[in-house]
Amino acid sequence: MAELLGFPPQVLFGQLLIGLINGSFYALLSLGLAIIFGLLNIINFAHGAQYMLGAFVAWLGLNFLGVNYWVSLLLAPLVVAAIGIALEKTMLRRLYKEDHLYGLLLTFGLALIIEGSFIHFFGVSGQPYSVPQALTGGNNLGFMFLPTYRAWIIVASLIICFGTWYMIERTKLGSYLRAGTENPQLLQAFGINVPLLITLTYGYGVALAAFAGVLAAPIYSVSPVMGSNLLIVVFAVVVIGGMGSIMGAIVTGLLMGLIEGLTKVFYPEASTTVIFLVMIIVLLVRPAGLFGKEA
Amino acid sequence: MTTQALNSSAVDKSMARTKVLFLVLIAIGLVAPFAIYPVFLMKVLCFALFACAFNLMLGYGGLLSFGHAAFLATGGYITGHTVMEWGVTPEVGILIGTVCSAAMGFVFGKLAIRRQGIYFAMITLALAQLVFFLYVQAPFTGGENGLQGIPRGELLGFISLEDNLPMYYFVFAIFIFGFALIHRTIHSPFGQILKAIRENEPRAISLGYDVDKYKLVAFVISAGLAGLAGSTKSLVFQLSSLTDAHWHMSGEVILMTLLGGVGTIFGPVVGAATVVTLQNYLSQGPLASWVPVILGLIFVVCVLLFRSGIVGEIQKFMKKNFS
Repeated sequence: MAELLGFPPQVLFGQLLIGLINGSFYALLSLGLAIIFGLLNIINFAHGAQYMLGAFVAWLGLNFLGVNYWVSLLLAPLVVAAIGIALEKTMLRRLYKEDHLYGLLLTFGLALIIEGSFIHFFGVSGQPYSVPQALTGGNNLGFMFLPTYRAWIIVASLIICFGTWYMIERTKLGSYLRAGTENPQLLQAFGINVPLLITLTYGYGVALAAFAGVLAAPIYSVSPVMGSNLLIVVFAVVVIGGMGSIMGAIVTGLLMGLIEGLTKVFYPEASTTVIFLVMIIVLLVRPAGLFGKEA
Repeated sequence: MTTQALNSSAVDKSMARTKVLFLVLIAIGLVAPFAIYPVFLMKVLCFALFACAFNLMLGYGGLLSFGHAAFLATGGYITGHTVMEWGVTPEVGILIGTVCSAAMGFVFGKLAIRRQGIYFAMITLALAQLVFFLYVQAPFTGGENGLQGIPRGELLGFISLEDNLPMYYFVFAIFIFGFALIHRTIHSPFGQILKAIRENEPRAISLGYDVDKYKLVAFVISAGLAGLAGSTKSLVFQLSSLTDAHWHMSGEVILMTLLGGVGTIFGPVVGAATVVTLQNYLSQGPLASWVPVILGLIFVVCVLLFRSGIVGEIQKFMKKNFS
């Protein structure tokens, strides 16, 4: 196996691995967007800023309070979710009766505020965050070298993604969420506290973004602008997948990461644009998205 | 008098008021360069036209485009390129830039109209980001440096625009043209149908209107005028850069429209003037690095507290107290 499709296997598999890692982040972020959209009917434009906040909470915790990576992995999502819940209770809540576009505009403004403040204090250059001791090193798989931390990202995000899927599709709490997505008034009439459900859902979606941020901290440097450019790609992923299905969001995220990785091998110039091009093709062929429900 | 007659006289009155306001604005515009720095005024006019073009879609069609930066940048780059490399006169350069933006608007529209509401916003944002990455790599845009030193040239081949005053009146004329075109569009039968689609799309469909076609035409007009603003801007500052193509720019035009008043004729002009003035003042002071944060704060306050914007609130106030 000296060459594969004209490329050395190390290069091909190396890029596929990077693709799979990016795909894990796309999956985590689009999953959060889809859950929030399902119940709140808004697109959370602050999602990228909240992803960045997750990474920064971990970085600040490590450098100023000595909180290690593993604690941050649990703590940062909780902290960021608490901030998200506060925003939902004080601001987003007032907009549910208005046009849904206002939710998008409000979260866009919040994203500008959060990102701008962090740029003011930390600049746009990235801060390093070292890989935790237990996950350093790697294994030689024969056809490629697999760094342990990169394997961990994929495993961790897959566990969280499928855990979320299981919770929504197979548990009692998830059935409330699905019912709320279909018809919140009826659910409320059955005695479920829908406003609380909405708050918790927003908090959970935000926590997913922060979790992705902590996972990303050691491989991408921690910077205030790490979220905003990623978010636009995730929007394209969401358009491709359609937000109707949880599994759809996960699968599309991973798939788009792999396609991006392959493009880096075969035609690197297009690697930044390939996902947008896929979006255009999907819009032409199947406007509702790969997993969309609307006709 | 029947209620209908009452209504139509009220409409006549408001039309007459708009006309008077319009004439006052033209008069102010003609003398303004003698009191205020013309380059600043030209910047305001370019962004005002940009915001008016955007408002045609959001305010009258209910379509939130998050990708209007792409049209502004396309107009600017194409005009800059044709003027610098082909040596065409400014008005021809602007025409080519505008046409290219309108063509891009046609492509964006064709794709984005396939989905509604929030998806429409996301698709336009993603397409604009695609255009941004293309401009980063394309050879004719000058990459990170942009196009610098674009000559203003001579209008029709004999009126030099190098001085700020003739350039100002040229820009002012373009603005009035764009503004009048938008005003005419809104008050035409086409504009009425657009509003009907905004209010109740299924009903417009059931009345037999080809909704997608109306949306597409609105998109093309809006993109073309945004391109016109970008083309003009590139000549004013003799520069076109990636800043114009960045999604921040798409956000800024939304803010201008929202702050001034979505769906009002003069709102985007007021909003653009306010935002540009604010940026100019703040960028020189100690708050320079806080500009994005302040813009974000204005966004949040607008959305939460006064969704009708400055002009919208004034209209409400007038209606309550004077009619």
